[in-house]
Amino acid sequence: MNELLLVAGMALVTFGVRYPVLMLVGKAPLPPAVLRALKFVPPAVLTAIIAPAVLFPRSAQLELSYANEYLVAAVVSAIVAWRTRNVLLTILIGMLALLLWRWLMGVV
Amino acid sequence: MTIEHHPTRRGEFWNGAKDTFPLVVGAVPFGIIFGALAVTSNISPGGALAMSAFVFAGSSQFIAAGLVSGGAPLLIIVLTTLVVNMRHALYAASLAPHTKHLPQRWLAPLGFWLTDESFVVVISRYTKSDPSPYKHWYFLGSAVFMYANWQLCTLIGIAAGQAIPNPLAWGLDFALVVTFIGMLAQFVRNRPALAASAVAGVCAVLANGLPNKMGLLLAAVLGIAAGVIAEALAPPAAVKPVDAGSPAGSAP
Repeated sequence: MNELLLVAGMALVTFGVRYPVLMLVGKAPLPPAVLRALKFVPPAVLTAIIAPAVLFPRSAQLELSYANEYLVAAVVSAIVAWRTRNVLLTILIGMLALLLWRWLMGVV
Repeated sequence: MTIEHHPTRRGEFWNGAKDTFPLVVGAVPFGIIFGALAVTSNISPGGALAMSAFVFAGSSQFIAAGLVSGGAPLLIIVLTTLVVNMRHALYAASLAPHTKHLPQRWLAPLGFWLTDESFVVVISRYTKSDPSPYKHWYFLGSAVFMYANWQLCTLIGIAAGQAIPNPLAWGLDFALVVTFIGMLAQFVRNRPALAASAVAGVCAVLANGLPNKMGLLLAAVLGIAAGVIAEALAPPAAVKPVDAGSPAGSAP
């Protein structure tokens, strides 16, 4: 992996998303269709990252079981996130749930 | 939120930094975990520092570290970065009406420093009705504080990653997932957003076996399409506008 190219490419596309919109939209607003689609970028991207990380935690093997501590902790943190909308609390309880369930599964 | 009765550049700058403080605290663990994950994902310390300095987008940096350790090709990592950071276009579009009077020497750095955290804090400053002419100094204060903190935390994380032999055994890889779950709950507040989330999640799981980690890109595109379609099908009154200013307490 050429790290110089990697960082340059990532920097370019990230700045290319942030800056031109800030620069241009003041002069001409984005088309409504683009704005409508952009609204769904965060929920789609976040879920597309979360779901495989939780269901395939160790390998290419799907782990749809209570023994999968990642899945259990994700469900717990999803409930906390939904009820409280508090991101820090979600992280704390989610991490605790992961470590606790991993320990429990190791004991039983 | 602090409002000066007689706003000055310096006062706005410090208020921006002060109001960003809770979110900076939230970003500390992610910066440290990124640094630690990067060096255990075969990214050199210099590469990890450069990524934080020049990319400055936490969630995409995490994903890039994961993709590098999974052996994904460079082009896929850059494309994934693009898709993951597309949400910043939404933030920029929301801020642009407030910043359109600024010269390029302001817009370029403020654009570079635009993060989830600064957006949340700054948009609420801009929507306050007081006529302060220095609200961009507030933006600058928020952005500089986030940026400095991110560099420092990356450095600490790199040192920690080299000192702790196996950070994954501590479940640190899960920190990003729970962070995203916390952020996701802020976005999924109506049915079209739920449709986007559900379709993207199912597609990402089904496409997990695709080569070069293409599943994330495919699932994101199909999820966005599902959201647009669901919104078009729903009666207008049933769709509440998605509040772009809600993902508080996340990585930049």
